[in-house]
Amino acid sequence: MLNISGTQINFLKVRVITFILSAILICLSIGAFFVNGLNFGIDFKGGTLIEIETSQEIEISGLRDNLNTLELGDVQVQEFGSSKNLLIRVEQQLGGDQVQQDVVQIVKDSLGSYLSTDINFRRTEVVGPKVSGELIQSGAIAIFVAVFAMLVYIWFRFEWQFSLGAVLALVHDVILTIGVFCITQLEFNLPIIAAILTIVGYSMNDTVVVYDRVRENLRKYRSKEITDLLNLSINDTLSRTIVTSVTTLLALLSLFIFGGEVIKGFTFAMIWGVVVGTYSSIFVAAPLLRYLDVKREWNTTSAVDSTR
Amino acid sequence: MLYFSNLKTFSVLSVIIITLFFAVPNFFSKEQLNSFPNFIPKQQVNLGLDLQGGSHLLLEVDTEEIIKERVENLNADVRRVLKKNNLNYSNFKVSNESLKFVVEDFNSEIQKEISELSMSNSQNILAMGDQTNLIITQEENTIQINFTEEFIKQSVSNAVAQSLEIVRRRIDELGTREPSIQRQGSSRIIIQLPGIDDPDRIKSLLGQTAKLTFQLVDTSVNFDPFNPSKAPIGSEILVSDADEEFKYIVKKRIMVGGENLVDAQPGFDPQTNEPIVSFRFDRIGATKFGRVTQQNVGKPFAIVLDNKVISAPVIRESILGGSGQISGGFDSEEANDLAILLRAGALPAPLIILEERSVGPDLGADSIEAGQFAAIIGFIAVIIFMIFVYRYFGLLADIALIINLFMVLGVLSLFQATLTLPGIAGIILTIGMAVDANVLIFERVREEIRNGSNMMNAVENGYKRALSTILDANITTLIAAIILFFMASGPVRGFSITLAIGIFTSVFTAFTFTRLLISLNAKRLKPNFVGLSKNA
Repeated sequence: MLNISGTQINFLKVRVITFILSAILICLSIGAFFVNGLNFGIDFKGGTLIEIETSQEIEISGLRDNLNTLELGDVQVQEFGSSKNLLIRVEQQLGGDQVQQDVVQIVKDSLGSYLSTDINFRRTEVVGPKVSGELIQSGAIAIFVAVFAMLVYIWFRFEWQFSLGAVLALVHDVILTIGVFCITQLEFNLPIIAAILTIVGYSMNDTVVVYDRVRENLRKYRSKEITDLLNLSINDTLSRTIVTSVTTLLALLSLFIFGGEVIKGFTFAMIWGVVVGTYSSIFVAAPLLRYLDVKREWNTTSAVDSTR
Repeated sequence: MLYFSNLKTFSVLSVIIITLFFAVPNFFSKEQLNSFPNFIPKQQVNLGLDLQGGSHLLLEVDTEEIIKERVENLNADVRRVLKKNNLNYSNFKVSNESLKFVVEDFNSEIQKEISELSMSNSQNILAMGDQTNLIITQEENTIQINFTEEFIKQSVSNAVAQSLEIVRRRIDELGTREPSIQRQGSSRIIIQLPGIDDPDRIKSLLGQTAKLTFQLVDTSVNFDPFNPSKAPIGSEILVSDADEEFKYIVKKRIMVGGENLVDAQPGFDPQTNEPIVSFRFDRIGATKFGRVTQQNVGKPFAIVLDNKVISAPVIRESILGGSGQISGGFDSEEANDLAILLRAGALPAPLIILEERSVGPDLGADSIEAGQFAAIIGFIAVIIFMIFVYRYFGLLADIALIINLFMVLGVLSLFQATLTLPGIAGIILTIGMAVDANVLIFERVREEIRNGSNMMNAVENGYKRALSTILDANITTLIAAIILFFMASGPVRGFSITLAIGIFTSVFTAFTFTRLLISLNAKRLKPNFVGLSKNA
């Protein structure tokens, strides 16, 4: 029987350490962003992606050398899940949208003559320069809009102090997620944007639960010292935070292990995001309130809490 | 709060049963469904192209080409008017969107003449009541002529609408299964082709504008087909379709065009057994064709497709019946495709493929299988964990979770939303997050009990207190899902849909179904039911 209820952990005592830890991680992320950059997939940098399945194992380096003779610029060949599944990426060709289309045919012809096994073309994606430019733009806008919408929502439902704290925690999560993609050089593509937006939603969800309790305790214990009050609120909600994180992680881990190659990057981002989001709502969002001078006099007849 | 009136119980259960009812078809094959009585819904979840296999193409109409053509027409019109009025012009410049020239004695009469000619040449594009489609500005002797923005916009819009229609006709001719062809934005066309993972043929069909013309070969000059000299005025050099090295000098004047065709069919020449395309003209086309062939017996007549000469047979006798045939060394598939192109008509401007995403049926099937397996494992893990933490209440939450999953499936089927691979991920994520509402409630109940409430009150208050938190927490995720829905397209959009549906069904089941289950046992509730020790 698991029961984490009634804990009295002094989370705020370690706030200096966790703030420093977060600051280091953020610096690392930003540093990696400028040093390594993101490893954009074809969604964002254009190009051609072909996934093939062969009946026999293929020696990758030979195939890579063969494809490099086609003079299509950078050609990457990698194993995708098994040694009979290969992913071939060809960089975007110069000369606009129309020429990208020729790449598929050239590569398919070359594979046909080079490989003596049966080839099953499982997936072909060609993204031209126009679309990739638009996708990266709309992806970035989506993340900004989402963070801004959260800011407004929390402001509306709580007070600006909460809104600021929550959004700082959110930005923290987004930066760390982008940072982990810069450091690991995992492919950053369209589904990763979806994952980041979901992380924004999830992390907010976690933070809101803690904040909700902070607000409630602020009304209940009007004279309690703010540090104690924040600690109490985190402890009150700790069990829920952990249980929900565990169930979400269980589902995501299952997806990561069994869900197939195509969705692996997406799932990885989500898992990372849930971990970081949970951490940030306990160690970033809540402790930040101590510095934001939260209002103590709540209007107890606010519409939402009329049930109380 | 724990008391459920009969009416309430009834409505909660009806909502659940109705949504579950719509999930039913997904567990049977299409054949089985057809044998079921009519009152059972037959709509299964609509699978995205990434799951069922298929091809997605994003095309753009080359709008610059349309404007260029318009400016070229205007160019010809203006020169004609100037010539007619014996005006000498100089510095005639044609830029992307305007004409500029220097002329003396430019007066309002001429200006009017140009406007009227241009108007009459673009009747089909202008909106009713438009006075002019030109902006003519004069600075001393320099005249600049532009199209109005409205006219350009209208021209492009017309061309896109026309392209859409022709793309539809071409794809329909191929007999593709349930293609979806939609306009996107001002100049784009999205094509979804389920079941096609190698759209080469479609791409090549769409890659041609298929502008067919019949033009006379210019026989006035001696001509080496492999090394042509300059074409005389009024003629142009065109390459052969079969061999780009081989060239023809062809008179620019179009004698008959593809717009006068009423039918084109592939076939075989009865003598040579060579694949051919036979065609038939409408009345105007037949008259023109008859007259040209009558007047030019013995001369070669070029059949030109997209500025390439397919063949240039010598006219043996006048052809008055309005039908003929094209042979140009095609194989039978090429003949078939050409017939399709001619029947469907020419595109007003070239189409550019901006994006292609094709998934083979194997990968789609593998993805579904992997997704299902991951869902089952994740599901079992969450169920066990919930029972481990919350005991009896955990079990109730698990039952709600099962109901929840079927409801997501039911809602997806009912609204015919598209399920994609990221969509499956969204459902699996929902499995993990759907229990959250119940977790929040159960934690509250535990707290109430610890604070000395009896079990009944604890449950009552638990629900009451958790409500606003649950709403706040879920609205934030919902906001993210909505933003994703509007910003994304294709598979990622499918994720936002399942995520949003999952949020609604999980909040709904937590507040109605789980609570209903608890209320049924209200009298027998004990603290250990929610995972607390008996003496807590």
